[in-house]
This record gives sequence, structure tokens and C-alpha cells, in this order.
Amino acid sequence: MHWLFEPGLFTSAPVRTALAVGTVAAVVSAVVGVFTILRGLAFAGHALTDVAATGGSGAVLVGASPLSGFLSGALIGAGAIAVSEGPESHHREIATGVVLSAATGLSALLLYLDATTTATTGVTQRVLFGSLFSTSASTVPLTVVLGTAVLVLTAVIARPLLLTSLSRELARARGIRVTLVSSAFLLIVAMAVGLSALTVGSLLSTALLVGPAAAAVRWTARIGRALLLASAIGVLSTWLGVVIAYDSYNWMPHQRSLPVGFSVVVVIVTVYLLSAMRTSGPRGDHRG
Amino acid sequence: MINAWEVGTIVAVVAGVVGFVVVLRRDVFAAHVIPNGAFAGAAGASVVGWSPLVSLTVAAVATALGISGLRRYGQRDATTALVLVLALAIGSAFLSQSTQNASAAYGLLFGEILGASSASVGPLLLLGAVCIVAVLSRWRALLLSAVTPDVARAKGVSQGRLDSGFLIVVALATTLTVPVVGALLVFSLMVGPAAAAQLLVARPGRAMALATGFSVSIMWLALVAAYATEWPVGFFVASLSTLVYLGARLVTHWRATPRRSTAPTSHHQPTGRSS
Repeated sequence: MHWLFEPGLFTSAPVRTALAVGTVAAVVSAVVGVFTILRGLAFAGHALTDVAATGGSGAVLVGASPLSGFLSGALIGAGAIAVSEGPESHHREIATGVVLSAATGLSALLLYLDATTTATTGVTQRVLFGSLFSTSASTVPLTVVLGTAVLVLTAVIARPLLLTSLSRELARARGIRVTLVSSAFLLIVAMAVGLSALTVGSLLSTALLVGPAAAAVRWTARIGRALLLASAIGVLSTWLGVVIAYDSYNWMPHQRSLPVGFSVVVVIVTVYLLSAMRTSGPRGDHRG
Repeated sequence: MINAWEVGTIVAVVAGVVGFVVVLRRDVFAAHVIPNGAFAGAAGASVVGWSPLVSLTVAAVATALGISGLRRYGQRDATTALVLVLALAIGSAFLSQSTQNASAAYGLLFGEILGASSASVGPLLLLGAVCIVAVLSRWRALLLSAVTPDVARAKGVSQGRLDSGFLIVVALATTLTVPVVGALLVFSLMVGPAAAAQLLVARPGRAMALATGFSVSIMWLALVAAYATEWPVGFFVASLSTLVYLGARLVTHWRATPRRSTAPTSHHQPTGRSS
């Protein structure tokens, strides 16, 4: 197995932390991701990572903890999208776009001020791309607690959520408050995404939210199986990506290893393409 | 500053025209992804050794083709998101291999007044004209397929080709906008003004003119403000776009309030009556 696992892989502390945090982020993102895909919320899910990063840059500026910055940024963003989309879902894409654009503009200013007024360097890259390998071991327990909270909340609203995702009218007829469930789910997505954007970086956050779930729903129509399959794809891709990134130190010229986000994303996109090819041909039923 | 003024105006006109069709066709997410793809290309320029403009263009067009190609195989949003993460992943891999410093990445992402004042007007004018001519020459087909896809199909408009063709136009518009307002904020200039205009005016031709008017005024104000404060241009562009959109939402709200019973009509998309 030495060709696969470079020496020192399992004794390296950053790798162990990366595997632990990555696993939690992958499972939480995959579970929330399946509902995100069913509801056609991939754009909002991605936008919230950027909004969370805006909160993160704000936190750097005022000296607050990054976690509070990321979470409050994502939650405020989700609230803004929920309020401005209104009951008509065709406004959602534009509402998401406007919130995203406002947040990015604010990011530009905050990162500029971070770079000019505080002594921190490399804030832009750190906030935007993050790195699984730079996650500190002390965040592991917090990540596990918050991740569990997100999963519990999802389980609580799972049934009404599923029904509103499949048919708004039917759900309304059953007495489900559709708007309330939709807004609650956006807040759950915001928590999941804020958590994973902080720990694995906003790039991987979107990849883990969308990729495994989109691949899983192509293999099975049953929600339980889709959740399990998505989690499995997410976790295995993360592990494989971490191993590749660690090993790549010896493959690349100048001994600059590949970013771990890159290797995980490549694995996830490959899995999606394989799923799309297997369940071949353009599908009409899932078009937005 | 004069040069920045000219460049900014060209960029704003192109973004207004292209952005109008982006919002009408609900290609907002794609318009966010293509500039990010362009950013990946720019990050790779120093590694591969191409000129920045060439790599911006190649990467933006490749991203556009990736989106329109992959879209046919699954949910629109999900496949677009996957193209996005792949593009960003490649960009971050390039950044990790290059020796460029962080401020270059910041400029590419958020734009800088320097980018606007050092750009040469000639190529921008040419590229911008290509975008506008392309949109206007397929104007009716674009409107028809956005508003009533079934009618467009019946009239023999090829959705697939129109889709990828339009995304390539977005990619070219992106290429000229990125150096000025930055990869992350091209999107603001395209979406905010156009969404506001479509709320205010029903006729497509007038709405497009209004969108262009908005984006040009936003750009001028943003340039002045950025020049005065030395803050990033992108910040002003994004916040002014948001303000314009919020203003338009307020206006439609007021218009709708006195006659509640007919309120829903004010939310309809502009119909393709004529330009």
C-alpha cells in the first residue's frame, strides 16, 4: 500500500484533523445537500458560502471569532434571500443574485480594510479558499456539536420539507405552512454552509453541498437511500482528496503540494460525471 | 482618470445590454460562474505563460461551454455549481503553484482603479461591439425563448445553440469587465441594474435602455467615489446596484399597494411584445 499512502500520512496531525473535520462537513453537507438539490437551491447554497465569507472578513476586522462571523453572515444572508424572494419562487434567482452581489461588494471593502488597517496578510486567500490542512485541532469538538445540531434540525423538519419540495399545493392542502418551512430550511442551509465554509473553505463547501447530493439523486429515487449514498460519496471523496493532496507533495515540481480543495473537488466532479454518464442521456424531468 | 472614464463607460454599456438578457433568461447563476472561471484563467496566466487577456478569454469561453454542455445532463443549478467549483479549484491550484503575491489575486477578484486606467481602449471597444451586435442580431430569438420557450421551439429556434451562443457572449463581456471591476463584481453590474429595469418597465427595448442607463450611471459614480476614497471600485458598484434594485422594488411596491386586487400583474416578467 506504500504506493498509495506516503509515509507519515497517518501520523501527521494536520492530516488527522483534516480527516475529522472533513468527514463532519461532508456528512452534514451531503444530508442538507440532498434537500437543496430537490428544492433547486444550489445557487442559494453557493451564494450563502460567499455571504458567510463576507461575515468572516468582517470578523477579522472587528477582532471577533471567525466562527461567529461566518455563521452570522450566512444567517443574515439567508434571511435576506427569504425576505426578498417573497412567496413567488421565480423571484428567487434574482433575489439570491442581488444578495450575493451586495455581500461580495461588502467583502471587497472589508478585505481591503483588513489588509490596510490590520497586520494580517493573505486574508483574501484564506477567507476565499480556506484550507482543510490549516484547520486547528481545537475546532474539532465545536464542528461536531454544530454539525449534529444541523442534522437534528433537518430531521425535525424533514417530513414537511420533503412534501413542500415535491408539491407546494399538496403541502399547503395538508396544512403545512410552506413559507415557514422554506425559510427554516434556508436557515439550516446557512448554518451548514457557514460551518463548512469556515472549516473546509468556501470552495469545498459548495462542492460538498452540491456534488455528492446531485450524484446520489441520479442513482436512486428514494430519499433514505439518497441521503446515505450522498453521505458516503461525500466522505469517501474527502478522504481520497486528502490522501492525494498529501501525496502530491512528492509529485509536483518545486515540492509545492496541490491544494486539498482542488483534489477533493476533482474527485467529486469525477463521481458526478460518472453518475451522469451511467444514467445516460439528457433528462427532462429535473430541469430548473 | 480620463482613460478610466472611457473604459468604465464601455464596460458599463456592455454589461447593461448583456445583463438585461441574462436576467430575462434567468442565467444569473451562470453569469456569476463565468467570471470565476475567468479568474481561474488569469491565475493560470503566469504559470502557463500566456498573456492575461488571452487566458481570461480562453478560460471564460471554456467555462461558458462547460456550463451549457453539462446543463443538458442534469439539474441546471447543480451542474452550474459543479462547473463553478471545478473552475475555482483549478484557479486555486494555479495560485498555489505560482509565485505571484496575494495582492495580484485581490485585484483580479475585486477590481482596481489601476486596472481601469491602464487598459487600452481599442481592443475593449472592439470586444464590446462584438457582444452588443451579437445580442441585437439574435434579439427576437433571445426574447422569445426566454419568455415563451414553447413558441420559440415551434418557430424553429435551436435552444441548445442559442444557449451556448449567449453564454459565450456573456464570457466575452466578462473578459472585458474583469480587469475593471474584478471577477466577483462583474456579476453585480450585470444583474442589479437589469433586474431593477425589468421591475420598472414592461417593454423589453425600453427596459434594456433603462438597464444600460442605470449601469452607466452606477459605473460613473463608482469611479468617482473610488478615486476619491481609494476604496475598491467593486464595492461601490455592488452597493449602488443593490440600492438601485431596492429602489425599484419599493417603487413597484408603492404602485401595487393602492389596488391590491390587481397586484400580481406588477410582478410579471416583461412580455415580448416588441422592441
